[in-house]
Amino acid sequence: MINLDDLALIVAVQNGLPLVPRPYAQIAEQLELSETDVIQRLQQLKQQGLIKRLGVIVNHRQLGYQSNAMVVFNIPDTQVTHIGKQISQFEFVNLCYRRPRHEDIWIYNLFCMIHGKTRETVLEQLNTLIQECKLEAYTYDILFSQRCFKQRGAIYSKK
Amino acid sequence: MLQPFHKQLLNDYQQDFPLTSRPFLSIAEELGLTEELVISAFSLLQEQQFISRIGPIIQPNNIGVSSLVAMIIPSDQLEHCAEIINQFSEVNHNYERDHHFNLWFVVIASEQDHLAKTLSSIEEKTSFKTFKFPLLEDYFINLGFQLDLDD
Repeated sequence: MINLDDLALIVAVQNGLPLVPRPYAQIAEQLELSETDVIQRLQQLKQQGLIKRLGVIVNHRQLGYQSNAMVVFNIPDTQVTHIGKQISQFEFVNLCYRRPRHEDIWIYNLFCMIHGKTRETVLEQLNTLIQECKLEAYTYDILFSQRCFKQRGAIYSKK
Repeated sequence: MLQPFHKQLLNDYQQDFPLTSRPFLSIAEELGLTEELVISAFSLLQEQQFISRIGPIIQPNNIGVSSLVAMIIPSDQLEHCAEIINQFSEVNHNYERDHHFNLWFVVIASEQDHLAKTLSSIEEKTSFKTFKFPLLEDYFINLGFQLDLDD
């Protein structure tokens, strides 16, 4: 788990770096640290993998990627890791996770996200995925996004 | 309209934003621009909501616990329920999807107990059941998202 100093740093940067010439110095001031401390600590958190990436977080919808589909597959448990890794190689796949099934009501255990400019593009990309990963035999479903009710990054707090 | 350098700013700094004292100057030097122009371009991109922020993406479940959650809500009550659910600070990414599981959102809580309480409170306030889909395995190495901005 994370220590309190690192958590305070994450909390200070999670809503975005200030767009000023020395953003890390401004964060450092809030936390009563030095600029070097902030930069080194962020570097370490990236190396440790706690920060998955640090950078520009784009808004797909605003940039014309209107269509986003959550595609879910029912893959036998013995093969799901192998197929999951294969699927995640595709450039148009953003996220690829194994999640639990819910008995009788939800049979799918592999979830991936495909963003595209149109529904057609997303469907073409899905076809490519199915052909190249040889997924024809598995049941799947496509859940296109409709309205977005809330979209923001995860909010962590110091509590 | 987006200029070619805007596209570079959008695409090339998703993964490794410079961890230098003057990151916008580092970018400016790489792209042959001025620091001032890079800062004003990012401000513009943020104002126009092309970017939501420049910040960290945290590996799920390293800080607190999170789960994807789905619900089945009659369409005439969906908007109302979504509003109730959005009130929870633990909730983000709340989307309608075209499926009988028609509402999907992510809940982030400090610990399992907090997560369970949040979900039962959502169930109580909306009077519909929640289904938890926590992450079991992550196959993806997040390299950001390559945008094709040419058309």
